[in-house]
Amino acid sequence: MSAALRDLRVIELSSERGALAGKLLADMGAEVIVVEPPEGDPMRSHEPFLDDEPGPERSLTWWHYNTSKLGVSLDLEDESGRESLRRLVAGADVLLECEDPGRLEALGLDWPDLRAIAPRLVHVSITPFGRNATGANDAATDLTILAGGGPVWNCGYDDHSLPPVRGGGNQGHHTACHYAVMSTLVALLAREQTGRGQHVDVSMHAAANVTTEAGSYEWLVARTTVQRQTGRHASQHVTMPSQVRCADGRYVNTGVPPTRPGEFRALLGWLDSLDLRGELPEAVFLEMGAERGERIPLARIAEDEEIQAIFGAGREAVNLIASRLPAYDFFVGAQNCGLAVGVVYSPDEVMDDPHFAERGFRVPVEHPEHGRSFVYPGAPYRFQATPWRIARRAPRLGEHNDRILPSRDDRVARHDTTGES
Amino acid sequence: MKALGNVRICDFTGQLAGAGATKFLAAFGAQVIRIEDPVQQGRWDILRNMPPFVDERRGPDLSGAFNNHNVGKLGITLNLRTQRGRELLERLVAISDVVSENFAAGVMARLGFDYERLRSLRQDIIYVSNCGFGHTGPYSTFKTWGPIVQAVSGLTFQSGLKGQPPAGWGYSYMDHTGAYYMAIAILMALYHRARTGEGQWVDMSCSEAGASLNGPCLLDYTVNGRRLRREGMPDSNRSQHPRMAPHGIYPASGDDEWIAIACRSDGDFARLAPLFPGAEAERFARLAGRLAAEDELDALVARTTAGRDKFELAAELQRVGVPAAAVQRPQERIDGDARTREWGLWPTVEHSNMGKVRVDGLPVHLSETDWEMRRGAACLGEHNEYVFGELLGLPASEIEELRAEGVL
Repeated sequence: MSAALRDLRVIELSSERGALAGKLLADMGAEVIVVEPPEGDPMRSHEPFLDDEPGPERSLTWWHYNTSKLGVSLDLEDESGRESLRRLVAGADVLLECEDPGRLEALGLDWPDLRAIAPRLVHVSITPFGRNATGANDAATDLTILAGGGPVWNCGYDDHSLPPVRGGGNQGHHTACHYAVMSTLVALLAREQTGRGQHVDVSMHAAANVTTEAGSYEWLVARTTVQRQTGRHASQHVTMPSQVRCADGRYVNTGVPPTRPGEFRALLGWLDSLDLRGELPEAVFLEMGAERGERIPLARIAEDEEIQAIFGAGREAVNLIASRLPAYDFFVGAQNCGLAVGVVYSPDEVMDDPHFAERGFRVPVEHPEHGRSFVYPGAPYRFQATPWRIARRAPRLGEHNDRILPSRDDRVARHDTTGES
Repeated sequence: MKALGNVRICDFTGQLAGAGATKFLAAFGAQVIRIEDPVQQGRWDILRNMPPFVDERRGPDLSGAFNNHNVGKLGITLNLRTQRGRELLERLVAISDVVSENFAAGVMARLGFDYERLRSLRQDIIYVSNCGFGHTGPYSTFKTWGPIVQAVSGLTFQSGLKGQPPAGWGYSYMDHTGAYYMAIAILMALYHRARTGEGQWVDMSCSEAGASLNGPCLLDYTVNGRRLRREGMPDSNRSQHPRMAPHGIYPASGDDEWIAIACRSDGDFARLAPLFPGAEAERFARLAGRLAAEDELDALVARTTAGRDKFELAAELQRVGVPAAAVQRPQERIDGDARTREWGLWPTVEHSNMGKVRVDGLPVHLSETDWEMRRGAACLGEHNEYVFGELLGLPASEIEELRAEGVL
């Protein structure tokens, strides 16, 4: 089968901010050449490391974000390195970079310079605040972007003496990368019609700002402010907890309590099978819910005591069962009753889950220099005709210099690409 | 020129996980025709009746949430229980490039429009489905919404403070992000079709997309055998990849006011230390020393921040090149932030019932074919005349008849 982006060539200037964007394109078949400085990208020094031993070829962060890419090293502070980059860009469809605003201009490698040699080029810049923003050169990390951009305000605990929380995993970088890829593809489709490339300016701050759901639109529409709550949506009004600790100490998200007759019937059956109906004084209200002709009308809950009692009993039943079962058993059992609940997995537990395994989420990737393969996380989407695929492990520093850089005369850094680090 | 002006999408998406994808495409000129059920008065999409509202009026054509995610799309009603309704959908599919939906797995097949059927109506159709667990596997019948996907994919657990339960995400991060992956899937499939003429089905499992966002942590497990469920972890206001210290969210003066500070290097620390009494001790000069005393250092930083205005201190740290930002409230980042204002991040659209309403714009600007948002979300069936009349060529009398018969 072919690849969706088979004929696309992307030059990526290495950066932790944009690496996911390059990976998303590379894993769908684009030829992505990641360009590092001669000393290697700083990400090579990021934890975790293979066997916990640091080394430029041992960073699992580098491994993850650079799958399917080719790698070259170039010194852009040197004219011959810049010339090599110009030649690479002249033969490319996309330049993806996250340089501090002003750096490429100072090097003579900015969009106006590159457009002159590559009119079909789509030049994508990911910067903290946009290239022409007020304070465009302010320092930023994933933490400060998510704090200033809105997500952090929404996240944390009922107890507001605890600080609000930045969700883990560098999601501020990821959100900017998602928009970068979406926009790159829009520009490429536009090029199919016009024959011309263009510049794409991606702001990480703006990306965070429009990825906060009600956090933004409650204010935009009604000038109300959401407040953070433990394990559930931030809200203008306090809502009921939906995160429960199970018998094995793990948590589940109990979702929305049952409202439909069939859900109440299934819940009663589940209580019986666990021999727990006797422990729930409210079970009689579940029976009332099961006997109704239609789902309980939540719109009338404030003025109707019967609806309150039925709805409350459903929540009590769910909480009782959750407290008696291991989290995974609760998750599967409740889903089998038709309830949208979820086990709160640690990320690694996903890799052992039978559903993810059956769909092929565990993807072995060969690392020839180690004589073995390692298991990577799999596809975010299943293209039926042009499957997502990790074509190769991340490049070693300068691994493809000889193959890709135009001429041996260039004074580019050469590195041993065969030895063990 | 509209970048996607030649793309028509027959759109069954709803909520945010689906609607967010086609909102992005509509902003670049795709003609997105959103199909809703006249019998249930739009209740396929729970957001149609959800707050916020601009005034005291309520109803399916007045939700600010629905409007935000459906800017610029056309809206039609079609009763797919009727033979005539299904025939009209067949004609619409035949003139569309993409069919998009985020129903539970199996719903489109029950409606009679699985991929094979869609393909028989238009050979190069692109069909993108997005549901919680995908269309195959033991959980394919399980129900989800954003927080459930976040729980199962590991994102909820990844967000929290040491010694506390998971804080999770205070919003549906994976509805937003699922929509981003759905938009990427549609655009990649369009690109492939433009080069080869080949359409296809993309089966998206939102929880797989979510799980893929924890890469380094997953490799730490598959390669090194280390799990994240361990003493003192997670602690997500700190930085693991790479390690940094101090790195956290600290109290500022005022009620529930906070500032985020990230010290990336020994150089950053040397420049920030003079602002924090006690920080200039030699043992903090190197990262290893700071990590060894992380709690103590955080307490020391917090002693100073607690008495300072969050914006003033952030500016002071920025002046010496240290990443810092006030934790901004919605009002501050929407109405008080020069950067979002200059970007044009909150465009005002015109909604037929709500009037002028501000919405989330896009965090990108394209130099030649930029996005535009002018028209608000469609009221139920607002574009029936245009779609059935202009696009499908039905005479006005027939549209009236179909409406009377409950087909529209």
